[in-house]
Amino acid sequence: MIPARDDHDVPAGMNYFRRTRESLAAYFSFLTVLLAVLSLVGCGKNEPRADITIINGAEPESLDPAIITGQPDGRVVGALFEGLTRLNAKTATPEPALAERWEISPDGKMYTFHLRTNAVWSTGGSITAEDVVYSWRRVVDPLTASDYAGQLFLVKNAEEINGGKIKDLAALGAQVLDPYTLRVELVAPASFFLDLCAFRTLAVVPRATIEKYGDQWIMARPLPTSGPYTLDAWRIRDKIRVRKNPRHWDAANVQNEVVDFLPVESPNTALNLYESGAADIIWDKGLVPTELLDILRKRTDCHNFDYLGTYFYRYNTTHKPFDDPRVRKALLLAVDKRRLVERITRAGEKTASHLTPPGMANYTAPEGLGYDPALAKKLLSEAGFPGGKGFPPFQYLYNSSKVHEQIAVELQQMWKETLGLKMELRQTEWKVYLAEQSKTNYHLCRSSWIGDYNDPNTFLDMFMSNNGNNRTGWVNARYDQLMRDANQQTDVKRRAALLREAETLLIRDELPIAPLYFYVGVTFYDPKKIEGIYSNVLDEHPIYTIRKKR
Amino acid sequence: MYFFKRALYLIPLLLVISFLAFVLVRVAPGGPFDKERKPASPEIERNLKAKYHLDEPLWKQYARYLAGLARGDFGPSLKYRNHTVNDILLQGLPVSLSLGFIAFGFAQAIGIPLGFYTAVRRGQWADYGGSFLALLAVCVPGFVVGPLLIMWLAVKFHWFPVGLWETPWHAVLPMVALGLYFGGKIARLMREGMLNTLSAEYITTARAKGLRESVILWKHAFRLAVLPVLSYSGPLLADLLTGSFVVENIFQIPGVGVFLVNSSLNRDYTMVVGLVLLYAALLVVLNLLVDLSYSLLDPRVKHE
Repeated sequence: MIPARDDHDVPAGMNYFRRTRESLAAYFSFLTVLLAVLSLVGCGKNEPRADITIINGAEPESLDPAIITGQPDGRVVGALFEGLTRLNAKTATPEPALAERWEISPDGKMYTFHLRTNAVWSTGGSITAEDVVYSWRRVVDPLTASDYAGQLFLVKNAEEINGGKIKDLAALGAQVLDPYTLRVELVAPASFFLDLCAFRTLAVVPRATIEKYGDQWIMARPLPTSGPYTLDAWRIRDKIRVRKNPRHWDAANVQNEVVDFLPVESPNTALNLYESGAADIIWDKGLVPTELLDILRKRTDCHNFDYLGTYFYRYNTTHKPFDDPRVRKALLLAVDKRRLVERITRAGEKTASHLTPPGMANYTAPEGLGYDPALAKKLLSEAGFPGGKGFPPFQYLYNSSKVHEQIAVELQQMWKETLGLKMELRQTEWKVYLAEQSKTNYHLCRSSWIGDYNDPNTFLDMFMSNNGNNRTGWVNARYDQLMRDANQQTDVKRRAALLREAETLLIRDELPIAPLYFYVGVTFYDPKKIEGIYSNVLDEHPIYTIRKKR
Repeated sequence: MYFFKRALYLIPLLLVISFLAFVLVRVAPGGPFDKERKPASPEIERNLKAKYHLDEPLWKQYARYLAGLARGDFGPSLKYRNHTVNDILLQGLPVSLSLGFIAFGFAQAIGIPLGFYTAVRRGQWADYGGSFLALLAVCVPGFVVGPLLIMWLAVKFHWFPVGLWETPWHAVLPMVALGLYFGGKIARLMREGMLNTLSAEYITTARAKGLRESVILWKHAFRLAVLPVLSYSGPLLADLLTGSFVVENIFQIPGVGVFLVNSSLNRDYTMVVGLVLLYAALLVVLNLLVDLSYSLLDPRVKHE
């Protein structure tokens, strides 16, 4: 029985009026509560706007110089922590930072750095040679678990300490001579060591804070920093705010007081924020919608520049028939790279016939293979697959992304047309892609590499047989030997010649990889409003030189 | 009593869920420390795994995790290595909660009246028009509504900001983008519920007794017709409160919704398990609240 109360005792008309009014009143009070909640949203965040707001790409994984690997992380860390050298804003070549000068021994293996006596932490107290040594030991200490510890492996005993073969951190080839003098012993004469000293991993960090707070030390307030800025706030996926460090030795040349970094990953959102004036600068190529590039590139606030990055694909050289260099060459010769950069990437990229990008210091890369369908067909039949007959089906591995997908489809089409080969596309998410690549569990896979420092070594050492980034199964004793010889040279020209020989082997004779194009950096800012951003091959734009025009 | 019993079930349930999440995320190929740049030596990778105890046997890792959980510690994030999971949730949850809450309110505020109205005007133009709007809201997903709202109301007319999370003004468009779909869904549920109830026998009885139509609609029909909406509201609220990947991405809102998707893509093991637990707990608790509120609205339902 369904209970229903009677309303007979109330006059019906009255009731209608009351019910409706009550319901409406309830509804409107509900709306009022909703509006009240809405008005509370985001309260207490009435910060004044920063002098400069930069759209910086992905949320930094860390701001600890020893931990970071990503470019967005590095751009913030570069503002907070400084090393012995820093990269010049215009040329991206090393210039004195915490060290004001240095001497290099004739064999190129011994560096003596003289620190500035006026370099102090943002919280006060001198930055000394002890601090530098502590910071470097911390990087190679296995307990720190630094991804980029390898950046210090040129220093004597660094690799052994990091690998646990030497337990004593003091064995690291960096010794304090006096509070402002530091001696560094290298295992090989590396002409790019001064570039490495500017690399984020080698930046100087505050010992007392780290020992007190452990892994979360970067959250300590006040946070002592060695760079031109201090960390004001870091709200995850919201913003990072840095403020000028008045104690920095070069504070007189720091152009702005407060800078915000917005962690935006969606290109459309980035463009919306920039266009509506909520941000002044977008500085990540990945943050520009590729479909709009044709229009955006014509604007005066779009700045293109070459930088050290190469897009290529890897062959699994342990997998038949890709163990045959003729097959590897045939495939590459059938690729019309112009189609990739003109139809797909469209930011003005240059096609690549070699791995090391143009503009590399003291080096000119050898010319590799171009587009030659006739030769491609000839090589493929020599390898035993005339007209593609008998060629086993193979897969092209790439991580989910529109550009990678479009390139894969284009390659698939070109190989089908020219060589009669049937290729399947295999798209996976990022982590699966990485895992498959490092297990060489693929046939062909898309790849790219961005140079860490301005030297061909940052690209070429990748394909030495013991390098974890090789990932092609390609082992070549002569290549290894050439690379090792090159890195023992003190003569720049001789070294370049050896490296060129190695690269020739890599991209003309053996081809475990096939270069497709060189990346182009894209930065957005209105040159009428913002100045002090310079284009350079490392895509390095220190924020202390950037300012709003008045 | 009933509430206590149900609440007690929560503990074993969450344990099972946490174990499944813990194992499943580890079964997926690739790990938190697989990066484009391999460290310069295999020792570095070993160091990393050792630091976060990923080199231990699974049961030991799980025991360690549970021990942390008992202290209210979700562990360190493996992707954002300067943050703990607690820290990320503490920063992101308030944002997602407030956005979810207002979107929930918005959905109810447009859904219930629209559903009620279209049911009462069944077969008339108002019904067709209203039902069409509700259907449209259900069919057009947030990743279309969001950009459209931005394009018209933010970029073209400058009425609202295009994104970020600062003033209440910043919350309006995300609220609409997030709530519109659910508003449409609630409208349809409400309309359906009203139509079903209005054809019930007791309504006929009430009409036969000569009650005014308004009394029948408001007092007798509405209370039962809103039940489907109510049972839908529990999971809906859990869904909305834990944030939305799409809307948080489009409007650049610092909530936890983005982590819900990205943490599993990043194989951020601790973050995944933490979020799954949070979501599960919220879902169970809200469903429980819905069950309780049933007895308030429907006199036929009694909880022993």
